[in-house]
Amino acid sequence: MAQSYKVQQEFFVDMQRCIGCRACEAACAECETNGHESMIHVNYVDRAQTIQTTVQVCMHCDDPVCANVCPADAITKDEFGIVHSANTSRCIGCSNCVMACPFGVPKKMEKYDLMMKCNMCYDRTSVGKKPMCATVCPSGALFFGTREQMEKMRPNSTPVNKFIFGQETVETKVNLMMPKGSTELKVF
Amino acid sequence: MKKLIDIKAFITATIVTILTIILVFIGSRSLQNYDAALVAYLFGTLFAIFGIVYRYTVWIQRPPTWIYVNRSFKVLFSKEFFHFSWYSIKDFVKNIMLQSFILKRGKKKGAAHLLMAIGCSLAFAITFPLTFGWIHFTLVPATGLDPNATDIYTAHFFGFAVLNFPVKSIIGFMIFGALNWCSILVIIGASYFLQKRLKEPGLIAIQTFEGDILPLLLLILVSITGLGLTLDYEFMHGKAYEFMAVTHAFFVIIFLVWMPFGKFFHIIQRPAQIGAHIYKEVGKRKGMQICKQTGKPYTTQLHIADLQLITRALGFNFRNEKGDSFLEYSPEGKRDMLANAHLKARQEAGKFFG
Repeated sequence: MAQSYKVQQEFFVDMQRCIGCRACEAACAECETNGHESMIHVNYVDRAQTIQTTVQVCMHCDDPVCANVCPADAITKDEFGIVHSANTSRCIGCSNCVMACPFGVPKKMEKYDLMMKCNMCYDRTSVGKKPMCATVCPSGALFFGTREQMEKMRPNSTPVNKFIFGQETVETKVNLMMPKGSTELKVF
Repeated sequence: MKKLIDIKAFITATIVTILTIILVFIGSRSLQNYDAALVAYLFGTLFAIFGIVYRYTVWIQRPPTWIYVNRSFKVLFSKEFFHFSWYSIKDFVKNIMLQSFILKRGKKKGAAHLLMAIGCSLAFAITFPLTFGWIHFTLVPATGLDPNATDIYTAHFFGFAVLNFPVKSIIGFMIFGALNWCSILVIIGASYFLQKRLKEPGLIAIQTFEGDILPLLLLILVSITGLGLTLDYEFMHGKAYEFMAVTHAFFVIIFLVWMPFGKFFHIIQRPAQIGAHIYKEVGKRKGMQICKQTGKPYTTQLHIADLQLITRALGFNFRNEKGDSFLEYSPEGKRDMLANAHLKARQEAGKFFG
């Protein structure tokens, strides 16, 4: 398991580059670990003002709130920092994780009474491949590669993995591309 | 610092284990009806009981779990006791006995899991009382002495005679073969899951040997060696009895010792699902929470109020300077806010891309 995970490769999201094509949604449903259910979220930013769309994958928090609030110990984080989807034998479908995640990522699959979420295409990343969504994104909103590659591609942006929600600072494995010099993003 | 031993859990587990030993003495009438051949199984079972109760007690003390336990007891002692008791029974039949939620995840998967669940539950219901000396069989002396009479057995439970039945009858066949039927069900179910785990990339990627493969192997090995005992005395004239008995005991004891630590603990955890359903029902009656961003209801007010307590207890603080909580936003609302914050940061920088 996960013998070939490339730890030097990281996930970078640049929301403003999302063109709303939903290729990532279709590709996400190809992920074997999701049971062929699409887990990625494509949202409108501000529907009344703009046609801009945005995309949300699991940010794989350093101290995942979803795992902490789970009453059934169903969510685990592995040695590579991947926060896995709920263990199917343990999840009791309470939705604590769905409501507590500050990024709004986990999905409650009502018919299965189960929480499911993006696990960075672990069937692929664990054997050295890229996540499906990043592979198909045509606009560079989703990128999986090394920090050096990203610096060359986006010299005027800085990857940020620190987010402020009220008095809580959440650090993540996934990076968000911000204006050069940024160190954090205050959301709330 | 994490405690090495949870004293509350240790005391609870010790009390339950001692109570079980007392019940073994009472149920077997001071060991008079105890089958000494089962003593190794008894020690394995006592270890499993201690481990399961210890882990369960540690588990329910965690803030998110304790909230559900607490709320369940409040409902239990409320005026809605009868309503929710009936609801619990219906939910138990639907989701625990018939496992409809697993059937929805896949028909073959659901059927295979149901076979394993029926096989395991029946086997537990038979073997635990046997191991405790609560069940034993005696031959009605008169039928044993008379060569022309049909042998009649009496089944005793907890020292009381409960049933007389002819050995060579359908009842006798079903009773003495019950564990064989359980083994067959478990072998079919577990083999289905084992072949899936050996060939499906999605499962291979996230599974571990001890967490996912070992439990299936143990179920299959316990069942096969159990069938081996019948094979030996029915068709091999008991020639391989010692080998069959030792291998079966070996795998059963590993199974019992592994129960509190591994995947089998989900059997004990699963009824909590009923608690989660009741919690949702109670919450709906109290009112829905409206997202401050989208203006749509997204969960119950009770859920959000409790999540605020849980997150605080776990050391997370999602409140801002005004005292508003980020938990008062739906998942969709939170994603919108993150996107808006990112858009704003890019706008302020004067460049949308870079």
